[in-house]
Amino acid sequence: MHELSLMTNLLAEAAAAADGAPICALRVRVGPLSGVVVDALRFAFEALAPGTPAAGARFDVEETALVFHCPRCGADYETPVGAYQCPGCGAADGELRGGNELELISIEVPDHV
Amino acid sequence: MCDTCGCNDPHNHPHDHAQPHAHGHDHAHGHAHPPPVRTVPVQKSALELNQRLADQNRGWFRAKGLKVFNLLSSPGSGKTALLERTLRAVPRAAAIVGDLQTENDADRLRATGAQAVQIVTGATCHLDAHMVAHALEKLDVAGLGALFIENVGNLVCPASYDLGEAKRVVLLSVTEGEDKPLKYPVIFRNADLVLVTKIDLAAAVGFDREKALAAIRQTAPRAQILEVSAKTGAGLDAWYAWLAG
Repeated sequence: MHELSLMTNLLAEAAAAADGAPICALRVRVGPLSGVVVDALRFAFEALAPGTPAAGARFDVEETALVFHCPRCGADYETPVGAYQCPGCGAADGELRGGNELELISIEVPDHV
Repeated sequence: MCDTCGCNDPHNHPHDHAQPHAHGHDHAHGHAHPPPVRTVPVQKSALELNQRLADQNRGWFRAKGLKVFNLLSSPGSGKTALLERTLRAVPRAAAIVGDLQTENDADRLRATGAQAVQIVTGATCHLDAHMVAHALEKLDVAGLGALFIENVGNLVCPASYDLGEAKRVVLLSVTEGEDKPLKYPVIFRNADLVLVTKIDLAAAVGFDREKALAAIRQTAPRAQILEVSAKTGAGLDAWYAWLAG
């Protein structure tokens, strides 16, 4: 359940970016290698957002795929966690190209302009 | 002709709606329109602060000439028993050990004569770079060559936290089940070394060695694999050689 401490960090980043404005929505990107469970992250948001500028905000999660680049045959391939071999040539030393993200992409704040 | 009912008097046919003709199509405001919003890009990792502190730790370790190993496993897979032997065998080594409660593990490790600092995490299920930085304040690193960080026994959460270590060691004991790497693949993926521990118990528990090694190779493609017993000492020379390498 380290999702709670990670959510504390995300809410702090969101508050800093909002610069005093209330936050209407947060958009978070989560990869399968991030080690977090999306449902646990949502639970952490519901538990921790009240009392912060993100209270009542929408929480959007964008789940990414695990993507490798094969240095042997040049293929880019998606694969589940725990199975990393290149489906084309069987090489096991693919370079990670995406899938370990756990980041706050953006927030939405009221537009007063 | 009236298009609605076909009568010849378009101005006197019955109306099928209640409102007069000159009405607007607005509606009573019982609800609020969503206010206009603007998107503020952020692009910050939830682990950014930890990563910054881990990089600081790493720089500090390098400056002090300390080689640092992060030991990860489930509870009870033999991290402390391995370190009890290792601290006796490897000169100029010390340990930092994390648990939710008690100083028991640090007490066991201090009995070897080496320095050991306990981090009591309370409710926290992993060590992070900040906790390690504070534990370092309690360590006399002058003359030290190796530092072992025994993480909280947990195969999930510690995987996300870089502590500034040079190498990651994941332990899998023969009593845990051969498919554990398949069940907890994230923590195995970044292992530099996987240690199969308690091999003295392999026969007693019917350990399927080939199945376990296949699961490790699949989930930890870049890891070296060593098989050890902290009880009998089997395989420990290879472990010490790996540490020195």
